Amino acid sequence: MSGGQVVPGRAGVAASAAHLEAAALRHPGPLTRIALVGNPNSGKSSLFNQLTGLNQKVGNFPGVTVDRKTGVSQLTPQLRAEIIDLPGTYSLYPKSLDEKVITDLFYDKTSAQYPDFVVVTVDASNLRRNLLLFTQLADMGLPAILALNMMDVADQHGVHIDVAALQQELGVPVVPMNARQGVGITALKILMAQTLGAPTVSFYEPEEALLPMIRQIRYYFNLHNDYLALHYAHQYRHISFLTPDDRAYIQELTEQYDFQPTARQAQETIARYGRINEVLLNCVTVTRTEKNEPYSNRLDKVLTHKVWGYGIFFGVLFLMFQAVFAWASYPMELIDQGVAWINGLIQTNFDGPLINLLTEGVLAGLGGVLIFIPQIALLFAFIAVLEETGYMARVTFMMDRIMRRFGLNGKSIVPLISGVACAVPAIMSARTIENRKDRLITIFVTPLMSCSARIPVYTVLIGLVVPDEPVLGIFNLRGFALMGLYLLGFFAAIFSAWAMKLLLKTRERSYFIMEFPVYRWPRWKNVGLTIVEKVKAFVFQAGKVILAISIILWVLATYGPPGRLERAEARARTTAAAQGLDPEQTQARVASERLENSYAGVVGHVLEPAIRPLGFDWKIGISLITSFAAREVFVGTMSTIYSVGQDANEQTVQQKLAAEKDLNGQPFFTPARAFSLLVFYVFAMQCMSTLAATYRETKGWKWPILQLVYMTGLAYFASLAVYQFMK
Amino acid sequence: MKDLQLGESGTICCLQDPEMALKLLEMGCIPGTQVRLNSRAPLGCPITLVVGDMADYTLSLRVSEAATILLK
Repeated sequence: MSGGQVVPGRAGVAASAAHLEAAALRHPGPLTRIALVGNPNSGKSSLFNQLTGLNQKVGNFPGVTVDRKTGVSQLTPQLRAEIIDLPGTYSLYPKSLDEKVITDLFYDKTSAQYPDFVVVTVDASNLRRNLLLFTQLADMGLPAILALNMMDVADQHGVHIDVAALQQELGVPVVPMNARQGVGITALKILMAQTLGAPTVSFYEPEEALLPMIRQIRYYFNLHNDYLALHYAHQYRHISFLTPDDRAYIQELTEQYDFQPTARQAQETIARYGRINEVLLNCVTVTRTEKNEPYSNRLDKVLTHKVWGYGIFFGVLFLMFQAVFAWASYPMELIDQGVAWINGLIQTNFDGPLINLLTEGVLAGLGGVLIFIPQIALLFAFIAVLEETGYMARVTFMMDRIMRRFGLNGKSIVPLISGVACAVPAIMSARTIENRKDRLITIFVTPLMSCSARIPVYTVLIGLVVPDEPVLGIFNLRGFALMGLYLLGFFAAIFSAWAMKLLLKTRERSYFIMEFPVYRWPRWKNVGLTIVEKVKAFVFQAGKVILAISIILWVLATYGPPGRLERAEARARTTAAAQGLDPEQTQARVASERLENSYAGVVGHVLEPAIRPLGFDWKIGISLITSFAAREVFVGTMSTIYSVGQDANEQTVQQKLAAEKDLNGQPFFTPARAFSLLVFYVFAMQCMSTLAATYRETKGWKWPILQLVYMTGLAYFASLAVYQFMK
Repeated sequence: MKDLQLGESGTICCLQDPEMALKLLEMGCIPGTQVRLNSRAPLGCPITLVVGDMADYTLSLRVSEAATILLK
């Protein structure tokens, strides 16, 4: 409290009390920390959204690559609390890295992060299984509130819960609610604003035989109860804050007492279910009538049908693909034009190198970030609806068998298909894959799918070397070539996934066992918040990397070794004047000469010996470098650089490329060269935005760098083979 | 479990694979619980099971995982 700083007002005591209260609001003490835990599908995210609204932020749990979602909730007009949304879990015995953050949080009472209390969300229609986690938390001695969620579903299933009796049996406050509709939120908030004591009811006592070991651990680590000590005996290898000495101590004890973790854990779970059954016997009655036959089952008969199931799924995918590919193009164009308009406005009114940095470096980079927003928003609107309705679980169900062969997961199909539009939102969508290894493989191979930015490159080069001939009457040879490139990317992705499946070792055992949620209508608030969260994550985290690289690329293409650019420009102007070129042609000539002599040009020349075996020269080298900003930049760069030494009549890029001659006066772009370049573009990792997305999703530079090296290596050798074979 | 036909029910007797058993137990597949083979994915795997004879819920799991469940 900052009361000491408050000077009593002239109006006397009453005013000073109001003053004090206002000061307390302005300088609140440490916020109450409340952790939100619950089973997957228990409506935890809905509750989190209801409590915090837009006051959410996504951070990192220390030391692990798991998103840490926190938010601030205004519980009463005077009181705010910090809410931590923990990953969904079925028990306090973690099965995955994601779940380990939960135990790490609850095992260390001395930590500053330790919550003041927990809100446990349970699915009221499935109370038995949901209470398992609650009883474990209660036995840990954590003050808790039980949010009895999804009361509407329980009603539909004919489940009637005596809330007062349940509260009596569990020894903690119980709030019946329906978080999706906002029912019960106020009651919950009022309870959350109270001071809670530790739970009074115990659900499981460790067996007598274990007590000597448990007590030694408990006193050694100064723990507040036996059950927590038992968890130390189970989990000591995975508790991040224990020192090697601590671990050795526990290991010695477990060996001394011949502690069998697996068997003990199984016994504990069975004992807990026994106890839960007793509790439920007194509080829950189920009236099951025939008309309660879940509508989900009937819907599943169609939606997971051999024929209709796949048909509908591909229809949904097609719609999604359309949205990201076609519908998103309108807002993207607006963003593009908007950025160009601002750029033009600045350029016509100001001049100087800093202005160029601002317009061509910063603003162009910023435009490169903003341009992805429509695609990300649309894709996540679809994905959020698929998740919310429960359809995503059916997708996994139908696709699992096929995708598993290649080291992927049923859910990998969504990122892979979205990758055809753009790898950036696609990689972000891999978040829905719970299994870490499957998710990594999916992220790793998704950029091999041919994205829309490759299309301009494909069309220019195919147009150059593939004749416009009909095939079988209705098809076109160029169409076949284009399809071939897409298939090439697809098979590369599948094959790489399969290879990674063999190479990537994981300690984590992979389970498919999951709850099959019932179908529900999506909550648009949740969909909206998902979109906001994803767009924010991209703009603020991946965006920084993209902006930085854009500026570096701009510097490389704009500046050169001292004096070199000026000499190049002077030379260009002299030859242009000698040839009697008009101002526009002169400008093109100057731009081209400057690019050749910039740092990017220098790098292009340095690169030439390395890429000559692929059939590329330094001009292509420059384009490969600038492509890193975005693949479609290739076309612009080629257009600039190939304006040198050509007739002014050659207008389009394709004409410019076609007119390019090699040393013998033959066309430079032979089919061998063009196909080599095409194959290079199919495989190569030339997109800093994708790397930034991978960095953000894997929380480190290891995977983006591996991706860059692998894909570029693959591209290099594939192109080498194509060129040497076709030459 | 392997011999269950679509729509047929059985009572869980025991779980074979100790590690998988921990996961199945947590998901509510306790010995003595009734399970019904609800559906199969179009390619035969995974499958869905309806667990419990009171407040039911549906689990989906791979055939190899389900095979560790023995029925009475």
